[in-house]
Amino acid sequence: MAAKKFPVEAGHIMMFARAVGDPNPIYHDAEAAADTEPGKTIAPPTFYQASAQFDPDYFLRPKIGEPWFGSGKEPTGVPPTRTGGDGGTGLHAEQRFEYFRHVSPGETLTLKTRPGKSWERQGKRGGNLKFSENITEYYDESGELVVRATGVGVRTEKVVESD
Amino acid sequence: MALQASKVQVGDTYTQKLTDDLSRTQIVQYAGASGDYNPLHSDEIFTTKVAKYPTVFAHGMLTMGMTGRMVTDFVGDGRLTAYGVRFTRQVWPGDALTATAKVDAVREEDGQSLVDLSVTTVNQDGDVVVMGKATAKIDP
Repeated sequence: MAAKKFPVEAGHIMMFARAVGDPNPIYHDAEAAADTEPGKTIAPPTFYQASAQFDPDYFLRPKIGEPWFGSGKEPTGVPPTRTGGDGGTGLHAEQRFEYFRHVSPGETLTLKTRPGKSWERQGKRGGNLKFSENITEYYDESGELVVRATGVGVRTEKVVESD
Repeated sequence: MALQASKVQVGDTYTQKLTDDLSRTQIVQYAGASGDYNPLHSDEIFTTKVAKYPTVFAHGMLTMGMTGRMVTDFVGDGRLTAYGVRFTRQVWPGDALTATAKVDAVREEDGQSLVDLSVTTVNQDGDVVVMGKATAKIDP
């Protein structure tokens, strides 16, 4: 989540809303959106996470011409980037959004990212759990804070069992 | 349509079925839209042979996004002021998910009526996959 600029685009909102299974016309039909209370297309509540698309170095996207830890015909043996780098697995434990305003296509947001708290606790299934917060603030073109996103990542020392 | 403070009571619930059979394709759609291409969500060979999970699983953010539809359908477009969840259990292809909001409080802050919700999404076994809170502006 280290994109510096996040251009909010109508097509991106449409694809994102489809992906989360939300048929609300406010996300894909500008005419219908004009008749809603916001009066225009707005971003769905979790859309802000998709700013990763605009981070040139986002670690969970394959980079052209660079090794990628996902498989081809067989596993590549390329070590995972950040997730599992120490033999464990990094997972998303928690996510919070605070909305000061909902944004619309045509806006370009500026992101500021900083680390938050970090803590450890003993897990029931996954060994020692290391939690860390990452805070991303989204500012509009007039410098107003529009959204604050707080992600909590957890790293486990062994694979979490599914039951 | 936005909620009205006079018509909402603590303890009211709103439930929405999110999917009957989460498809692998929807998980891929979410990867493409969000930009999170972690192979754990789409690459069966990596996920089973390298990461040693039984199969691929959904992004937590996909479940949060699907649950967000229930929340915004309940409170209305553009009304949310806060939405947060904990990811309590993995969501697998084939899972059926149902999301519920429960009204925890109806209150006023700086002249604005607000509703506080508990948000819970469960799978077909009744196991909680995400749980959290949301707050939205409502009409007086």
